Amino acid sequence: MSKKKRRKLYIPGLRFHNLQELRHSASLATKVFIQRDYSDGTICKFLTKFPAELDSRIERSLFEETVKTLNCYYAEAEKIGSQSYLEGCLACATAYIIFLCMETRYEKILKKISMYIQEQNEKIYAPRGLLLTDPIERGMRVIEISIFEDSGSTSSSSTGSSPSSATAQ
Amino acid sequence: MSAVMITRKVTRKWEKLPGKNTFCCDGRVMMARQKGVFYLTLFLIVGTCSLFFAFECPYLAVHLSPAIPVFAVLLFVFVVAMLLRTSFSDPGVLPRALPEEANFIEMEIEAANGNVMAGQRPPPRIKNVQINNQIVKLKYCYTCKIFRPPRASHCSICDNCVDRFDHHCPWVGNCVGKRNYRYFYLFTLSLSLLTIYIFAFNIVHVVLRSVDSGFMNTLKETPGTVLEVLVCFFTLWSVVGLTGFHTYLISLNQTTNEDIKGSWSGKNRVQNPYSHKNFIKNCCEVLCGPTYPSVLDRRGVMLEDSTRPTPSDASAASTYKSTNPVSQTTKSSAPLIPNEHTPEEAKPSIGAGTQKSTSSPKEEKPPSPTSPNAVAPAVIKESAH
Repeated sequence: MSKKKRRKLYIPGLRFHNLQELRHSASLATKVFIQRDYSDGTICKFLTKFPAELDSRIERSLFEETVKTLNCYYAEAEKIGSQSYLEGCLACATAYIIFLCMETRYEKILKKISMYIQEQNEKIYAPRGLLLTDPIERGMRVIEISIFEDSGSTSSSSTGSSPSSATAQ
Repeated sequence: MSAVMITRKVTRKWEKLPGKNTFCCDGRVMMARQKGVFYLTLFLIVGTCSLFFAFECPYLAVHLSPAIPVFAVLLFVFVVAMLLRTSFSDPGVLPRALPEEANFIEMEIEAANGNVMAGQRPPPRIKNVQINNQIVKLKYCYTCKIFRPPRASHCSICDNCVDRFDHHCPWVGNCVGKRNYRYFYLFTLSLSLLTIYIFAFNIVHVVLRSVDSGFMNTLKETPGTVLEVLVCFFTLWSVVGLTGFHTYLISLNQTTNEDIKGSWSGKNRVQNPYSHKNFIKNCCEVLCGPTYPSVLDRRGVMLEDSTRPTPSDASAASTYKSTNPVSQTTKSSAPLIPNEHTPEEAKPSIGAGTQKSTSSPKEEKPPSPTSPNAVAPAVIKESAH
């Protein structure tokens, strides 16, 4: 994770401190779906194009960093190199029975991805009223980003919060 | 002191999956609906090998080498393992889009199409993507409500979109797709070897024995040989041919589906964008690539909970307890899990209830006993058996 200095986003009336608070006090406004990028073939890769709906919610750089890191993880999982070759040959020699007791490399990386997404949700997305869904729950087709509205907030600008420029263009 | 049993029915996601698949072993096994030909395949392989082990192997082990039956056993085990792996695994089914995703895609399509004049057909739903400098068209699947990824296709027999769809094979009783293609190829390859092996040693056995006892006597002593030779002869042509065909496809990194449709050899001359143009690289990708996980999550637990409310009065409790064998019409695979409220006397009824539930796997959630009157007719029905 890069330690860039992040500007805090202040949206009037919309402050979440953790995921639990998000789930309890927020109502789902809409969902955005980040589609797959097929320019390199059928490998799992997602488009880094910044969706317009997130314009006021999160900095572009943070979003792009998340998607690029996920793409790196998937590229590592699907890499055809000596490790995958060894795993394949060993498994074939045992008539693939070894997979009943051993976790494949892909599954190990999927666990890492799941933890990464959880960490991103806790640190970056939940405080901004967003929630990332692990692509594996959507058939590896899309990254679903849920956008929450604070159902308990008043629409007028609250005192003391100066809305700094929300998006880093 | 209400001592009642609450059953928590564990619904796994495979029970709610759309599509025409059959699931066994609580979601661990996934096959197509029509399994008859698969049973035939299994019967032919096991039957022929059994005859080989019974008639030929004793003679060959003594007169030639004991390594012959040993190698035959290893090959047989490998063939059956590959067959079961191909048949029982998820071929790479793509789950259908949830409503929000489907709506999002619809909105994108409408935005892309613009205004369609009344009475005119809307344009076909196609997305163009560029893969390795080739334009590939992604088609929209109206059943699954998604734009199919490249190389995916919808299998009408299983009613699922399958990633890197090769073909639906009735002999293995499943689709062949991204996740089980290498097992299918290894199955055809090892079966070819097994067929050639058995055929060859049948000939050797008949020749060796005929030298001693004559041809007709040999056939009388080992009648299985004739059957084996017949099965192997007809199997050889089809299986060896199929193995050769798939070796050709793998070397070009093509699927059967693409080959049949002529996707990369048509008049528009679009080259196969997935091929590495190198035989070794293509083979490595297909056979030594990573083992993709299933995205279906068949054994995940469904979030909705079907616990029944706890009746508070003792009378309801007693009638409830006695009707447990009938009202626990859970799916055959779901265990009846008593919680801390289970009375001691109700526990034997769990066993009876489980037996009853296995005979009625199709029944839905158990009816909630809201009043003793509702359960009383069930009691009568139970005692009538």
